[in-house]
Amino acid sequence: MTDKEKREIVIPGEVVATGSEHLPGDNTIRQKDNILAQRYGIVEKSGKLVKIIPLSGIFAPRRGNVIIAQVSDITFNGWLADIGIANNSFLPVADVPKYLDKNNLAEFLDIGDFFTAKIKSVKSKGIDLTLEGRGLGRLDGGMTFIINPNKVPRVIGKEGSMIKIIKDETDCRITVGQNGLVWIKGDKIENEIKARKAIEFVTKKTLINGLTNKVQEFLRGVGG
Amino acid sequence: MINISNLTSKRIKEYLAKGKRFDGRKLDEFREIKIECGISKKAEGSAEVQIGKTKVLVGVKMLVVEPYDDSPDKGNLMVTAEVTPMSHPKYELGPPKFLAIELGRLVDRGIRESGYIDFDKLCIKAGEKVWGVFIDVYSINDDGNLLDASFIGALAALKSAKMPVYDAKEEKINYDKKGTKPIPLTKNLPINFNVYKAGEVIFLDPSIEEETASEGKLTVGIIPEKPIRICSMQKGDTMEISPEKFGEMLDLIEKKHKTFIGEINNKIDKAIKELK
Repeated sequence: MTDKEKREIVIPGEVVATGSEHLPGDNTIRQKDNILAQRYGIVEKSGKLVKIIPLSGIFAPRRGNVIIAQVSDITFNGWLADIGIANNSFLPVADVPKYLDKNNLAEFLDIGDFFTAKIKSVKSKGIDLTLEGRGLGRLDGGMTFIINPNKVPRVIGKEGSMIKIIKDETDCRITVGQNGLVWIKGDKIENEIKARKAIEFVTKKTLINGLTNKVQEFLRGVGG
Repeated sequence: MINISNLTSKRIKEYLAKGKRFDGRKLDEFREIKIECGISKKAEGSAEVQIGKTKVLVGVKMLVVEPYDDSPDKGNLMVTAEVTPMSHPKYELGPPKFLAIELGRLVDRGIRESGYIDFDKLCIKAGEKVWGVFIDVYSINDDGNLLDASFIGALAALKSAKMPVYDAKEEKINYDKKGTKPIPLTKNLPINFNVYKAGEVIFLDPSIEEETASEGKLTVGIIPEKPIRICSMQKGDTMEISPEKFGEMLDLIEKKHKTFIGEINNKIDKAIKELK
C-alpha cells in the first residue's frame, strides 16, 4: 500500500463498496448492491475482492495457525492446553514427533509450561494441536506477554519485515503466536525488555504509515 | 484465561534482585498518580484515582441509621469494594471473592483505626439515630496496586464530601437542600503502604506482573506524626517474613512516607479546589 492511499476505517454496517463489480471477502457481507462491513477494522481492496482486517475482537482459531499455549492439564494420552479463547484445545501424544515415556508425560510438558504448536483442526468440540513442524515445542526461559491478537499481523510485518528488525536490533529470539502471546528470549534481560517495548510500541501505533522506520528509530533511541 | 507466565515471573524476580524494574522505576518509586474529585453527582463525595494504568472509583454516601449497641453515640463506617470483570480478565461476576473482601477490609481498617473520621460528631441522637458513612470502591482497571489506589481514593472522597441536610422535625434527610458542611474529620490523616516482597527484594507500587510474581505483601497504615504512629497492619498472602526483613519494610515506609504524603495531600487539595 502506498502512502497516497488512505487507510479507511469502518464500523459494522458501514457500506464498504457499491456495485456488482466488487466481491465480498473476509468479514464483509453483500446486501443487494452494497458490500457491508461486519467488523470494525481497516478496508483492504485487492482487485475485485474487498476484505476487512479487524482491529478488535478475540482470536479466531484457524487451521495452520502457529500459537503459544499453556498446559492446563495432563490426561493419559495428551495435554489439555489454554490458548486464550473459550474453546478447549488438546495436544495428543501421537502428534508429538519424539519418543515419550507415556507413564511420565509431565517430564516433557508439565502443567503451567508454555509451548508453541500448530492448530491441526478446529471442530465444534474443540481444537486439536500438533507439534509436527519446525521449531515447535516447549519454551524454556525468556518471558511471555500478551498483546491484542488483531495486532499480530502488524507486529510480524510484511513477510516478517517488522519482527526481523526487532530481532536484529535486540539480538533476541522472538516467537509471536497468532493468539497474541509473544515469547522473547535473549542473552540479557535488558534486551528482552527492549524487544518487548518495541513490540508494544508497534501495537500502539498500528495505523501509522512507514512504521518500520519508526520502530528502527525507536529501538536505537531506547538503546541510547 | 492465561495467567502471567511463570517464565515472566522468573525474569521479573531476577531483575528485581538486581534492584531494577521492567518499567525503569526505582524499587520505591510510584507511577504517576492522578486524582479527580466529584465524579458522581448523586454521591456525597467521590473520587477517581489513577496510578499508572490502574484506575478506581470511590464514592461516599451518607445515611441516617441506627447505631450499633456497643457504640450508641458514635457514627458508623462501612467500606465495600467491588472488583469488576472489566478491570481484568481474571475477575468474574458474582459474590465478592477474597481480593474484593480483603480490599474493603484493608481500606476500612486503615481509616477506622486512625480515627480520621470524628465519629462522636456524627451522632444525631444517642442510641437512636446516627450518621452512617458508606464508602464504595469500584475498580475500573487493574494494572496492579489496587490497594493503594483505593485507599487514596477513599481519602479524597471523604475529604471532598459534603454532608446532606438532616431535617430534625421530619426526622429524615432533606435531599432538596444542598449540603455545605464537610464530614467531621480529625487531623489524623492516615496513609496505607503496601510493601511487596519477591524473593529477598521489597518494593512499592507493583505493576500487575510484579504483583503476580511477588510472594506477598505487608499492609501498614500509619499516621504521619513525630514519631510515626502505626494504626493498622496486615500481612497478606502465604509468605513468611524474617524479623530483619520486617524491620527493613518498616524502614522503607519511614523513609518514603514524608514525600509521599505531601504529594498525595497536595493532589487531593488541588482536585477539591478544581471542583469548586
